[in-house]
Amino acid sequence: MQDSSPVAAGRQDNVASKRTTPTHRTFGRGFLILASLVLVAVLLAQILHATGTIDTGFADWRPVLYAYLFWSIALGVEQVMVRGQRGLRALFLLPAVLFTLAVVIFPTLFGFYIASLDWNLSSLEGPHFNGLNNLIALFQDDYYWNALGNMVFYTVSVLGEYVIAFGLALLLNAEIRGRKFFRVVFLLPMMLSPVAVSWMIGKSLLEYRFGPVATLARDLGWDNPAFFAHPWIARFSIDAMDAWVWIPFVMIILLAGLQAMPKEVLEAAKVDGANGWQSFRHVTFPIMLPVSITVLIIRIIFKLKLADIVINVTAGGPGGATDTVSSFIYRVYRDRSNVGYGTGLAIFYLLLIVVFLMVLLRLSSRWAQKVA
Amino acid sequence: MTVLAPAPHRKRRTAPRARWAAGRVLIYAALAFWAFVCLFPIYWTVTTSFKSAVDVTQGHLIPWVDFQPDWKGFRSLGLSPDTILQTSTARAEFTSRFTNSVLASVGASLLALVLGSLAAYGLSRFRYKFAWMRNDDILFFFMSQLILPPVVLALPFLVLYKALALLDTTFGLILLYTLTVLPIVIWIMRDQFNSIPIELDEAAFVDGLSVWGAFLRIILPLAVPGMAAAFILSLVLCWNEYFFAALLTSTDAKTLPVMVASQTGSQGINWWSMAALSTAAIAPLVLVGIFLERYIVSGLTTGAGK
Repeated sequence: MQDSSPVAAGRQDNVASKRTTPTHRTFGRGFLILASLVLVAVLLAQILHATGTIDTGFADWRPVLYAYLFWSIALGVEQVMVRGQRGLRALFLLPAVLFTLAVVIFPTLFGFYIASLDWNLSSLEGPHFNGLNNLIALFQDDYYWNALGNMVFYTVSVLGEYVIAFGLALLLNAEIRGRKFFRVVFLLPMMLSPVAVSWMIGKSLLEYRFGPVATLARDLGWDNPAFFAHPWIARFSIDAMDAWVWIPFVMIILLAGLQAMPKEVLEAAKVDGANGWQSFRHVTFPIMLPVSITVLIIRIIFKLKLADIVINVTAGGPGGATDTVSSFIYRVYRDRSNVGYGTGLAIFYLLLIVVFLMVLLRLSSRWAQKVA
Repeated sequence: MTVLAPAPHRKRRTAPRARWAAGRVLIYAALAFWAFVCLFPIYWTVTTSFKSAVDVTQGHLIPWVDFQPDWKGFRSLGLSPDTILQTSTARAEFTSRFTNSVLASVGASLLALVLGSLAAYGLSRFRYKFAWMRNDDILFFFMSQLILPPVVLALPFLVLYKALALLDTTFGLILLYTLTVLPIVIWIMRDQFNSIPIELDEAAFVDGLSVWGAFLRIILPLAVPGMAAAFILSLVLCWNEYFFAALLTSTDAKTLPVMVASQTGSQGINWWSMAALSTAAIAPLVLVGIFLERYIVSGLTTGAGK
């Protein structure tokens, strides 16, 4: 399967490859063939059983899972038996690859299939093929495009989180007392479950009647502190909660980058008479650029999955103003049981994300080269 | 951030002493402000679980001064000192959800750590070729799993798990959670292994160890900081996961976030019991954050150094 050659221990290769004897190789191949036959046989039997062609079969598809596990082990044994030292190296990568193939690639392909079905769990008819009708319906679904529009806002707001997180990282990196205390405290929001945060902040702190923040807002002269009634205010409130949870993550990675920065560079800037802002603008920021781009992209990826806070605080309201694509599709599943259409929306979203991130990666690497 | 301009890099000789002092005040003011922003919601939740209705509506904040704390919230969960010895259905449900969360998050984090460390070590030390894919492509393949939104996988998994009889089982959740955190583990662990000099592997080979011997006995013990960071980060993500748990579990394998969410949904729920439930749900990870914070930072330091 893989062809691995060592980076370091090239000399070992010749010695080691001698250890595989023809007997070993035959045994390894035979074992793999046997396991493949078992896998195919179980799969075939179960398909025939499910379609009603044969009566004997298993109650569910779990034996197929066991057969796949057995086949994976056989593949590992075969690698070692046939390819010796190189097989041993392949063993490091194989488990993760086989696991990912089983739980990602297969379900995703299956998702494409579901997306082409007209399948409503609450209707009496079963699923039937629908072609591209889900895709056509999608383009006329205003709520979906509204959710996509909201995602643009949520994604752009990552920049704001980045600025705050960078500021906090610089603060923690400065010569301060009680750094450990502040570091622990600043990290805490990251540990909290967004669902608990939905209640803690969204439903109690920001609560219209008794919430302390609403009371404070009244004292400050805002007569009607409804955080989830006006579309833009609601969007900002939701985003603030999500930012509250995630800023620590961005901050910690930026802080790690700052701590790994060579001290001499800043010393040199100081000697050259640069003030605080100048040394940040011309030294710290450019050095931190690769870390910044990495953390921004990871943060954007997680932002594009935002759902739990929206589902639990506003359920997309008012009038879809806070809806994310994920929370919208969640409601299509939960409330309308429209699984074919919902999966179609999800797959379309996935394609959009992939294109968007590709462009973003390309642009950011080009930009990083220009600045650096 | 304007606060940062007078940061400590400023030359003290040219800057007047007063300005330096003002800078210090600004820095500490900013630190104190953000500490308040981080802590107040937690403080509010914990104290609210000890409040009665009047204390909530009148916005009392400080225990023993504003209001007399009472085990009200925890009593409704069956977790207060006077109810802890009696049987309680609320507590039975809570413990079952709590156990599910622990099993799912620890199980998934361990599995991801094993799979991810092996793959990361392989990618950092050997050159693989699989069809057209080289090391960088394989790494990109793993990392690209991160972008899959849960909504894409949710439904195929619902159908598949039904067929595999894995619906509403903790094992099913473990598989799914492992998948969601595996890219992060590989990312952290690869940088960790890259930071360990390859000469150590060579020395181990000279001493007669095999690749696996060198990995298990020499390199892995050195990678413990990265493993701790990866494990804690996975634990946080799995413990707090809501979307899959809400769709794929119903009675047996329900996790804590699902329980919390189902309680918020019902209108007119008592604030104190909701606050007690939230407190109990966040407490384990808050403790993890307080006591294991340095492992997260030190583990990620090697990661961000690249």
